[in-house]
Amino acid sequence: MILSLAIWLPIVAGVVVLALGDRSALTRPAALLGAILGFLVTIPLYTGFDVSTSAMQFVEFHHWIARFNINYHLGVDGISVLFVLLNTFITILVVIAGWTVVENKVSQYYASFLIMSGLLNGVFAAMDAVLFYVFFEGTLIPMFIIIGIWGGPNRVYAAVKFFLYTLFGSLLMLIAMLYLYNQAGGSFAIQDWHKVPLALNVQIALFFGFLFAFAVKVPMWPVHTWLPDAHTEAPTGGSVVLAAILLKLGAYGFVRFTLPILPDASRELAWLMVALSLIAIAYIGLVTIVQADMKRLIAYSSVSHMGFCTLGFFIFNIYGVEGSLMQMISHGFISAAMFLCVGVLYDRMHTRQIADYGGVVNTMPKFAAFMMLFAMANSGLPATSGFVGEFMVIMGAMQKSFWIAFVAATTLIWGAAYTLWLYKRVIFGPVANDHVAKLKDLNVREFIVLGLLAITVLWMGVYPKPFTEVMHATVNDLLRHVAQPKL
Amino acid sequence: MNWLDYTPVLPEILLLVGACAVMIADLYVKDEGRRTSVVLAQILLGLCALATLFVDAGTRNRLVLFDGHFIVDHLANLLKLVCYLSVSAALVYSRSYLEERRLLRGEFISLLLFSLLGMMVLISAGSFLTVFLGLELMSLCLYALVALNRDSAQSTEAAMKYFVLGALSSGLLLYGISMIYGATGSLQLFEVAQQVMRLSASSADRNLLVFGLVFIVAGLAFKLGVVPFHMWIPDVYHGATTPVTLIISSGPKIAAFAMMIRMLVNALPALAPDWQQMLALLAILSIALGNITAIAQSNLKRMLAYSAIAHMGFMLLGLLSGWVGANGMNRPDAYSASLFYMIIYTIMTVGSFGMLLYLSHAGFDCENLDDMKGLNRRSPWHAMLMMIIMFSLAGIPPTAGFYAKLAVFQAAVAAGHVWLAVAAVLLSLVGAFYYLRVVKLMYFDEPVGETAAVPRRPVGRFVISLNGLFLLILGILPQGLMALCVAAVAAL
Repeated sequence: MILSLAIWLPIVAGVVVLALGDRSALTRPAALLGAILGFLVTIPLYTGFDVSTSAMQFVEFHHWIARFNINYHLGVDGISVLFVLLNTFITILVVIAGWTVVENKVSQYYASFLIMSGLLNGVFAAMDAVLFYVFFEGTLIPMFIIIGIWGGPNRVYAAVKFFLYTLFGSLLMLIAMLYLYNQAGGSFAIQDWHKVPLALNVQIALFFGFLFAFAVKVPMWPVHTWLPDAHTEAPTGGSVVLAAILLKLGAYGFVRFTLPILPDASRELAWLMVALSLIAIAYIGLVTIVQADMKRLIAYSSVSHMGFCTLGFFIFNIYGVEGSLMQMISHGFISAAMFLCVGVLYDRMHTRQIADYGGVVNTMPKFAAFMMLFAMANSGLPATSGFVGEFMVIMGAMQKSFWIAFVAATTLIWGAAYTLWLYKRVIFGPVANDHVAKLKDLNVREFIVLGLLAITVLWMGVYPKPFTEVMHATVNDLLRHVAQPKL
Repeated sequence: MNWLDYTPVLPEILLLVGACAVMIADLYVKDEGRRTSVVLAQILLGLCALATLFVDAGTRNRLVLFDGHFIVDHLANLLKLVCYLSVSAALVYSRSYLEERRLLRGEFISLLLFSLLGMMVLISAGSFLTVFLGLELMSLCLYALVALNRDSAQSTEAAMKYFVLGALSSGLLLYGISMIYGATGSLQLFEVAQQVMRLSASSADRNLLVFGLVFIVAGLAFKLGVVPFHMWIPDVYHGATTPVTLIISSGPKIAAFAMMIRMLVNALPALAPDWQQMLALLAILSIALGNITAIAQSNLKRMLAYSAIAHMGFMLLGLLSGWVGANGMNRPDAYSASLFYMIIYTIMTVGSFGMLLYLSHAGFDCENLDDMKGLNRRSPWHAMLMMIIMFSLAGIPPTAGFYAKLAVFQAAVAAGHVWLAVAAVLLSLVGAFYYLRVVKLMYFDEPVGETAAVPRRPVGRFVISLNGLFLLILGILPQGLMALCVAAVAAL
């Protein structure tokens, strides 16, 4: 019941907001109420979660499409529960962040975000492959609208590119799912697929089917090129949701489908995944340094950080997998915070070029302090959430091979380089121009949003146990699955 | 033969009598009173639907009447109901459009009703003779309908093209039928099926049968409009007035689908390995050419014409997956997938052309891509409906179009045509592009010039809303219709 509420409450709220229309004074409060209720209903998922088992919890099961034996089957385990919470939390921030900024088609803006929030909960809670696919694909529509209507100058190109790239990946996944359905004797239940024996060459073919879908979403090098465009052109809220949640869908897909269902192919092709991840970490890290556009820079840094997630999954030990998951959640908070920081500046100056800024600390000291914290977290400073995940993955990689760990660890250099250099150019130095001189510091609304994120980032960095203990049992179970051949 | 034997034909009799009555009644009304005829036609359609439901309640598996010339089964009843719905929606959508252009004449209504009768005969055909009878009745009415706007050179040209190519395809079909008749000595589908089963064992007879089969498949492909027999589709869709385009794109496709089921599945199952190969080629060519060429169109009607070609290709994926090896174990699955696709496609195409009609007003035809610009600013509700229809055509969940594609892909994969499914899937990505472009124009662009006003028509608005939302509702709860489709083909 809780999971159904988590999915449908935001969607219904979105429809209500849409029905209220643009002119109603209630539109924004209704959206905020919907987002907050959406978060509140997911809290029992954490408080009532049994950390000792890897089984699915809060399970709901109804027959849906009997013709293909597709069921409305929901449940969360130690991995997905955290993403549901992350998603509903970020949705509140997004609603607050757009409060005064969005003036064009307000109701459609909020409705898109609320509906997307519900769909994303659905992706993380779905235990049936078609249900998963419906939610996975369904998220494309609101995101397409968000980028296309409220995005920057090149928004149409970015929206179409985003849509077609991700659709391409998902369609191949659909065929892989249909194949598995027939192999499993007519079942779309993900847990049934864990037991289906598959020959190695079949596993490899299916692996690539899933890989395209998830690699595009993550995004992994070399299919990451849609991301900088989409991020740069999306409105602030869009970038936040894109970075914090949508990117996680790909990595989550690896954990949910690829690793347990195709364990032999995963081990066979681990070298490929590790190589692609390392390229993302090191090469994209270098690409990030030279970006002149703040949003583009953070977008590339996302690609580099997500490389850690895929790396952690394919070294098959507990540090790697848990580190990846920690990295995913922490990246959800940090990238959201970074994009919101850029949003704060963009709302005032209407430019994202680093060159247009300089000396912001003189006019916006509070903002500078917040951004300092998030920049440090982004470069993986200890005591922030960014450190925990990266450290665990590097530790896991060290068990596997020194050189993998070595290349992965270079991120600490690149990360510090691009973030701190960005920070230096934007915040420090003499006041660059009149516009900067006229800047006003954070208002209450922005202060609350960034403050909430700052607390979470520090909390996760200092005391990550509440996060790791939830995922522990499930990750152990996952690793057991991966170790078991099913040829 | 007693009275009871005629009950299963009740819908056809009712429609024939009713259509004549409407035609006569129409002589006594003036142009301003033509709405009465439309209302009469709607009532008639409602009665036919009731009659069909009544007949369906008494149908067990299959009723064969009139010496085997006429079949009534669940499939026929379901398809007839879809035809009534599409014709009824067509009447609602096109009334004000035709009135504003002084084209709402009596002929429109009677020709429409008679072509519907042709579709029904075709759907229920039990022998090659009735197939041809129904086909000609339907097609001749449609040829005339295309030329409805007789002062338009474009319409006349389209009608001429449609007529010549339609006659050619009928000729091909007849030639094929004569071959099969020559080999089997029978016109009745089920007798032909038995004879073919016996004959196909010997290679000499089989050659003759396959020779006939080629012509039959070509004729059917013409009627369905799949590559390489698709040439007429874009020109006719473009040239005909939009209401007629709507009609051509819905009911006759259903009838052509029924014709394929009757002639290939019912009559020639023994040749399935042969016609499945032919259909595979037609399917993949249609999906490729339809989707790729649609990108280059700037006229929405032309774009939807190419999209129709592609969709018929997708539909064929189900039909060609019916027989696997010798046992045909996949049958109900595959055919019900095609049937489901066909029904969903009909709802989508009626909706999309209906939207074009709704957005047109006196002196302005909404038919270019640019006419959709900024629809979200002008009328968010209609933009949303059109968006649902477009995403459904593209096959994006949670719309009904997704399940239609899922069903046919599943049928193809289950039959072992994995590569065909992969190719179709990749080409549907190409298709997504031009549907997305319509959404892009509606949502991301500013409105231009004359297109600014969206007319207010309560009835049309209600029906188009129903039509669009239905696709979303079916996308969330598709089980009911899927179960109907499975039940309908179970008795084949």
